[in-house]
Amino acid sequence: MGTAEQTVEVVDLTETTIRELNQRLHDAADGGPQNWRITHPNGVHAIGAGINAPLEIDIDGHVGYYCAGMNKEANIRIHGSAGVGLAENIMSGTVIVDGDTSQSAAATGRGGLLVVRGNAAARCGISMKGVNIVVEGNVGHLSAFMAQKGALVVCGDAGEALGDSIYETHIYVRGSVAELGADCIEKDFKEFHTAELTGLLAEAGVDADPADFKRYGTARKLYNFNIDNADAY
Amino acid sequence: MTHEPMPSPGMRESALFDRNVIHEIQRKAREGIYDIRGFGAKRKVPHFDDLLLLGASVSRYPLEGYRERCNTAVTLGTRYAKNPIELDIPITIAGMSFGALSAQAKEALGRGASVVGTSTTTGDGGMTEEERGHSEKLVYQLLPSRYGMNPDDLRRADAIEVVIGQGAKPGGGGMLLGQKISDRVAEMRDLPKGIDQRSSCRHPDWTGPDDLEIKIGELREITDWRIPIYVKIAASRPYFDVALAVKSGADVVVLDGMEGGTAATQDVFIEHVGIPILSAISEAVDSLKDLGMHRKVQLVVSGGIRTGADVAKALALGADAVSIGVAAMIALGDNAPEHQEEYEKLGSGAGYYDDWHEGRDPAGISTQDEELGKRFNAELGGRRLANYLRAMVLETQTLARACGKSDVRNLEPEDLVALTIEAAAMARVPLAGTKWIPGLNGNTE
Repeated sequence: MGTAEQTVEVVDLTETTIRELNQRLHDAADGGPQNWRITHPNGVHAIGAGINAPLEIDIDGHVGYYCAGMNKEANIRIHGSAGVGLAENIMSGTVIVDGDTSQSAAATGRGGLLVVRGNAAARCGISMKGVNIVVEGNVGHLSAFMAQKGALVVCGDAGEALGDSIYETHIYVRGSVAELGADCIEKDFKEFHTAELTGLLAEAGVDADPADFKRYGTARKLYNFNIDNADAY
Repeated sequence: MTHEPMPSPGMRESALFDRNVIHEIQRKAREGIYDIRGFGAKRKVPHFDDLLLLGASVSRYPLEGYRERCNTAVTLGTRYAKNPIELDIPITIAGMSFGALSAQAKEALGRGASVVGTSTTTGDGGMTEEERGHSEKLVYQLLPSRYGMNPDDLRRADAIEVVIGQGAKPGGGGMLLGQKISDRVAEMRDLPKGIDQRSSCRHPDWTGPDDLEIKIGELREITDWRIPIYVKIAASRPYFDVALAVKSGADVVVLDGMEGGTAATQDVFIEHVGIPILSAISEAVDSLKDLGMHRKVQLVVSGGIRTGADVAKALALGADAVSIGVAAMIALGDNAPEHQEEYEKLGSGAGYYDDWHEGRDPAGISTQDEELGKRFNAELGGRRLANYLRAMVLETQTLARACGKSDVRNLEPEDLVALTIEAAAMARVPLAGTKWIPGLNGNTE
């Protein structure tokens, strides 16, 4: 805490409005504090939405919907659980949640990394477009629905309709899969996939053996309409 | 184009199984798939043509048509946004995606709209530099697919439109067939080239109006509460949907009737789902009035708007502005007679062409083919659109002045009558020559 750069700006959300906090975080793109600690989040929505700078942020407690929404560059650690749409449409940076997260985590995310130490509810990684997601626990149904790019790593089990209508996202699951969705199949590991999974586990700080995982991805049978596949819809 | 033989007097065409129906049954039997097309509903439904404006006479005082001012400016997004959108005319350009339209066509929309001081809208495919660069006022759509969605574009938009539904397909998602997924479109949408792209019908990160309110809150936070947030809904249950959009925090509600166009969807959707805009406006206005929010939350309506008469009638029913899509494309040059020969090669004709999803538009508008796109002159297209918009505004002013209004938004239901019982009931104005509004006075039970 000696230099100005290392000073941690503490914001208590029982004393500061979410508007004031987010405005200050947005203004930090033009200079100012780079290290932040947010206390008493108490489930407030949209904490840290729209950050556009390489800030280091710790949030002490549970957050509501859309925490870290559309994040660019910031590294955000949530020492609690998160509500719906955590890191939705994340562009870059890292979001780590110590607890569980509700549905639609990292929905439509286009880059960056989301790490969930607990479980993620339904639709984790829905329509993901390049984000990488590592979930230490389980994911709910319809995770990676219409997932386009990026990778979803599930260290626990996956719910029904995993990867339904998937495009090019890579899915790795260590536990069981209740059911694969339309056009999602189990696939062989190639060197690239082992390296990708190994790298993601390391980046997320998860101690797991890549050899214990199975890989799932697109069968590419629904990419162009064919009447003979009509029963898949 | 195949020319059908003229029927002889002894040949009677079935009303139920007419030539179009027979052709479609035969096509389905051959191909095993529903018909996909662009454009809007082609069936006849009660529309603005079924209403008339009552010009001034002894009981009302008109304004002089060529001399007295008649304001056309409108401000959208006055409820919460720090920077509402100020439009010079009450006609906006509806969302049409890059992907559905060529980059040149998007640029032309921006050019034309900006000349006359109105806004354009992005679409399901993200924001291109061409349209941002040429659109003085640009509305950025947040759709379920979130193709190309990014916070930088949100921040450089002049408004955000959360799209919940589209009049051509309430409850349906989007579609862009593989032949239109060029390298550039694929990159913007994070998809492989050449695949059929289907956009989901529900947003990925919220369900229901309570969530929507929180979502809108997030968008306001990301944009520091600077710009208005519209909510676009398809006309199906407008009274309740408008109320919920207002409850969710919308600055502007965009209401799209079943006549509204699309780049591509199933014909059965276009023709059989949703309600005509004529029947939706009154319900929407009732909803706003019941909440005490009429004119506080602005109402933009769309779906089959073609003329200044349509604009005047929509405003008279209580809308703050209208939006055009199909008409704007036609103004740019879509379905133009000079392409007749090429339309015929595609099995269609000028005035009939609706295969916008196929990407073979000889006018270079609904295509991603680079060679076809080059045919379209964005500067000329922009000028044509500006001309068309100006002409519509002059028509609207002419009608408003004739009704004694110095502002087009002073037109009111009292200025209207209906030609048919159906239109009277839907628009809630009296049948011409009577005081009868079916469903509201007399015969209400």
